[in-house]
Amino acid sequence: MTNSSKNLDSDPIRLLLVDDEKDFVNILSKRIKRRNIDVAKAFSGAEAIQALRGQEFDVAVLDLKMEDMDGIEVLKMLKIMDPKLAVIMLTGHGSAEAAVQGIKLGAFDYLTKPCELEELLEKIMSAYAHRKQNE
Amino acid sequence: MAKNNQLTDHYFRSLNRNIILIIIIVSVIPLVLVSSTIYYQFRVAYHEKVYDHLRELVNSHAQNIDHFLQEKLSDIRFLSDSCGLNKLEDEPFLQERLAALQKDFGRDFVDLGVVNDDGVQIAYAGPFKLAKADYSDAEWFRKAIQSEYFISDVFLGLRGLPHFIIAVRNSRENGHWNLRATIDFVRFTTLVENIRLGQTGFAFILNNKGELQTTPITRPSIDIIAGKTIYTEFLAKPSVSPSEVRIAVKSDSSQQENIYAAAFLKNGDWLLVYQQRTADAFADLGKTFIITTVLMFAGLLGIIMMAFTLSRQIVQRVAKTDEEKQLMSKKVVETGKLASVGELAAGIAHEINNPVAIMVEEAGWMGDLMEEITFDESENRVEFERAIKQIQTQGKRCKEITHKLLSFARKTDATIHDVNIKELLEELVALSSQRAKYSMVEIRTDFQENLPFLRVSTSELQQVFFNLINNAIDAMDQDGGTLTISSYQKENYLVFAVSDTGTGIPEANLDRIFDPFFTTKPVGKGTGLGLSICYGVIEKMGGKLEVESTAGTGTTFLISIPLQTDANGQH
Repeated sequence: MTNSSKNLDSDPIRLLLVDDEKDFVNILSKRIKRRNIDVAKAFSGAEAIQALRGQEFDVAVLDLKMEDMDGIEVLKMLKIMDPKLAVIMLTGHGSAEAAVQGIKLGAFDYLTKPCELEELLEKIMSAYAHRKQNE
Repeated sequence: MAKNNQLTDHYFRSLNRNIILIIIIVSVIPLVLVSSTIYYQFRVAYHEKVYDHLRELVNSHAQNIDHFLQEKLSDIRFLSDSCGLNKLEDEPFLQERLAALQKDFGRDFVDLGVVNDDGVQIAYAGPFKLAKADYSDAEWFRKAIQSEYFISDVFLGLRGLPHFIIAVRNSRENGHWNLRATIDFVRFTTLVENIRLGQTGFAFILNNKGELQTTPITRPSIDIIAGKTIYTEFLAKPSVSPSEVRIAVKSDSSQQENIYAAAFLKNGDWLLVYQQRTADAFADLGKTFIITTVLMFAGLLGIIMMAFTLSRQIVQRVAKTDEEKQLMSKKVVETGKLASVGELAAGIAHEINNPVAIMVEEAGWMGDLMEEITFDESENRVEFERAIKQIQTQGKRCKEITHKLLSFARKTDATIHDVNIKELLEELVALSSQRAKYSMVEIRTDFQENLPFLRVSTSELQQVFFNLINNAIDAMDQDGGTLTISSYQKENYLVFAVSDTGTGIPEANLDRIFDPFFTTKPVGKGTGLGLSICYGVIEKMGGKLEVESTAGTGTTFLISIPLQTDANGQH
């Protein structure tokens, strides 16, 4: 617990994890929670938008390929609701175009799936730092 | 392959043969038909023409001769009627009349004589000493006294020279008297001799016993007597009309075919016969036949030559098109195969990604939890950690595979830049040098100076070279060797050759090395996608990826990338 709690002294990062792959969201949220990050789960684009209505988040990890809504559409909605929200996109396959489009629409960064937890955590940290800087 | 070639060889040979046959048949049949029909029609027409000509010739001459005889007869009758016996008995007067006739008609009349009923010549004018000659036993005299006038056949007579006689009978108080004239045989013969055509055409006159009445110009090769049957045939059938000319074609004793044209003279007493060798009469036809035949054979030769050349050209063209089509269809099949396999792979890869991600995360979670739990048996703990690590390692491997599959299906990061190819390659060589050292492989580079920039995707090109370099090092893994990367320019392509000195690729595998999932590496070592991805990438760039391999000496991959990429910059 000690080795990955860089932000012990401050408020925990509020993270929204959006993916329609429930098992993946569940296990990832468990692991991330252990690293002192506040994780909320959303299993669809609609759930993510609902979650953002009720609560403010620092960082969102968003899968671009979901059943109900196109990840890019969700990204647009999230950015409208909270322009300061730092979004990290998870792209299922190496579709550089989608990632490039996402970045243009204001996403902070992207990762290809499956990804290393360490890599994801690093991105979350820097996204959080970026958001704090902007405030 | 050899069997295939044999088959196509056979196919082209029979195609060649068929074309030749068709051309020859289609051209030769009309040629022969037209030539022979025209020749046949010409032959018939020509025969008609020749026969008509002969008919005309013989007829006009027959009339001519008849006219000649009639004229002579009229002269004598006139003389007989106008002068009377009393005057004509007087030899000087007779001589005077002969001279007058000879003056008017040339030497046609040889002599004149007055013969009484007893056959005694009572007056004579002429070059022979025939005064008081007795003709009572002469055949002509016996015939002459039976009618008013008479023209005899040719005979020798008392003078011993061939001649014939015109006799006119007149009456006096107590009986009859005859005026007789001899016609010059030589002059008469010339009338017939003038009928001459070609080399062998000649004419003569026969009496009704088949005896010659004129001397034909006999040539050693011409045998009248042997052809006698034909004359008797003519003579056997009396003419229906005086102007009728009969024509017959018959072989003579020397087996030569002759044309005979005959017409009766002198009220059917004499027969004018014209005779000519068929070959001679139709000499022009023969010439025409030779010319036609020569032309036809020249035409045939031309057709045959044309048939051979044309069919060879057609077959060559067909063979070339066939070959091109085969190459094309091979390429199309390859591309199609790559596309369908690519789609399938992308689908699988995408489906597998999520479960793998979950498995890896679950293993990670177990690892996280392990940090909190203290195991009693440290040995088991080590095993657990090892197992978790193994799951993560294998998960990563899955990820690599799916990434490769996906990049095979949709080439990742395909943005196109101006690539400094030299820098890129040097980087790659540096990256690979560590691995190469372990495998005792020496990497040599031989680039041309001032390598041009290429408008391609950096990552794709990197992928291609990385793959080829890795393959080359793998190929020399056991004994080491030399890896050479060289470049040269060929037409509009920049060509890179990546050569190794490894064991080479067996010929059986050469066709398949660009197929997806084809690998000779042990299970788990290679996916069989590397080269097919490279192939796809280079094809997309508009270039070519080729392989040359000799068992035992090594393999060379040739990468040709087009230089002018301005036109097809973005894809």
